[in-house]
Amino acid sequence: MADLGALLQTPLAELHAALGAKMVPFAGYAMPVQYPLGVMKEHLHCRAAAGLFDVSHMGQVILRGANIDVVAQAFETLVPMDVLGLAVGKQRYGLFTNEDGGIEDDLMFANRGDHLFVVVNAACKEADIARMKSVLEPAVSVEVIEDRALIALQGPAAEAALARLNPAVADMVFMDVADVELAGATCWVSRSGYTGEDGYEISVPSESAEALSRALLDMDEVEPIGLGARDSLRLEAGLCLYGNDIDVSTNPIEAGLIWAIQKVRRAGGDREGGFPGASHVLGAMAEGVARKRVGLLPQGRAPMRAGTQIFASREGGEAIGEVTSGGFGPSVNGPVAMGYVGTSYATIDTELYGEVRGKRMPLKVAKMPLVPANFKR
Amino acid sequence: MKFTEEHEWLRVEGDDVVVGITAHAAEQLGDIVFVELPEVGTEVTKDEEVCVIESVKAASDILAPIDGEITEVNDALVDEPGKVNDDPIGDAWFFKIKAADAGQMDDYMDEAAYNKFIG
Repeated sequence: MADLGALLQTPLAELHAALGAKMVPFAGYAMPVQYPLGVMKEHLHCRAAAGLFDVSHMGQVILRGANIDVVAQAFETLVPMDVLGLAVGKQRYGLFTNEDGGIEDDLMFANRGDHLFVVVNAACKEADIARMKSVLEPAVSVEVIEDRALIALQGPAAEAALARLNPAVADMVFMDVADVELAGATCWVSRSGYTGEDGYEISVPSESAEALSRALLDMDEVEPIGLGARDSLRLEAGLCLYGNDIDVSTNPIEAGLIWAIQKVRRAGGDREGGFPGASHVLGAMAEGVARKRVGLLPQGRAPMRAGTQIFASREGGEAIGEVTSGGFGPSVNGPVAMGYVGTSYATIDTELYGEVRGKRMPLKVAKMPLVPANFKR
Repeated sequence: MKFTEEHEWLRVEGDDVVVGITAHAAEQLGDIVFVELPEVGTEVTKDEEVCVIESVKAASDILAPIDGEITEVNDALVDEPGKVNDDPIGDAWFFKIKAADAGQMDDYMDEAAYNKFIG
């Protein structure tokens, strides 16, 4: 058993204990991996009704400058996204790239009128904050938010549940952000998440996090969901886990994240390049890449986990790829995976083989998401 | 019934020894999603890996608790691996071994000792 005492705790630590969560170390925090319901039922509940996740381990940062354009312009030197063109009250997916065009982290950023609100991964947050400070300051201040929890409410019943606390949330659509009063606290709400389901992410003052969570959990359709199910939900949804599916050695084009790079930042765009590693990223876009991230459906029942080598034939030959995330997909009711394969093998329905315990088992390149997304656009 | 430190249970049934995993083990593993059974007729030796079970989290091996020959496997688990969580010491046995040396059973714990072992 790991020493959980040495780990950081989220503002919801007492609630997790009261709910009977199994806690594990994750990115320096003690986090709930599952509740008594178990990973499989938690996953299915989230797809059928609504699940509440504690994601307070993630980093929350506010970027402020003389005005929002100053902040957006500065932030564009760090990410290949259209930040200046992001409307007030909207959020966007982003990437921090490095000089080699690799991915340092993935993130969400929102235009909240007079500032940008950025959410980064727990394991990368120290480096991300240092990066932002070194590049953006002093023109833009980097304020790390330490006094707010972050929770996610995900699933088809999320809107009905959250609207009971404030009907205004029903008017939001995918990637909208707004200040919303919930259970007596001013929350920063976005209509987004990382499960492939409709839902919300809610930044709530730490002292109000438990009351808000309990108000939601008191509703019939809401169950607490741990990191175990969060992982299988995002995998079925075809969403990358930083550190598994993308990392410093991955070009965003290989990762299939070209959609996240808006036209204005691409070759020929008004603000072409100007982010770390732009020549590598735009070069990959122009010339193509040797490998691509694909969805994978093992044809048997055996899960193919991260690290599983992929081959073009049942016998012989070198590996042509590798699984980067894999496991059991409760909604698919079978094994699901994603990984990288040589570009010539990346076409949907290509039949390949994954080597499990020395045996090559068939798998198919599959369209992502592996389970249809359910966003409210 | 006898119990191993690897959280297997053994039950003598005529000439065969039926092998499964304990409720404690099933709970620790979480939802079982895949079971790979040995082939009937395989000769196995004690502590050899004969069976793979995968939970949503990870793969685990089941070891042969005694020497002998696999005489029957529980095919129902292939289609319904979740039975291992629902009924680990009943319906969800994994395989039967015809013991080469029944005396090997004597080394294992009885139920009281096992309960103490898992504390």
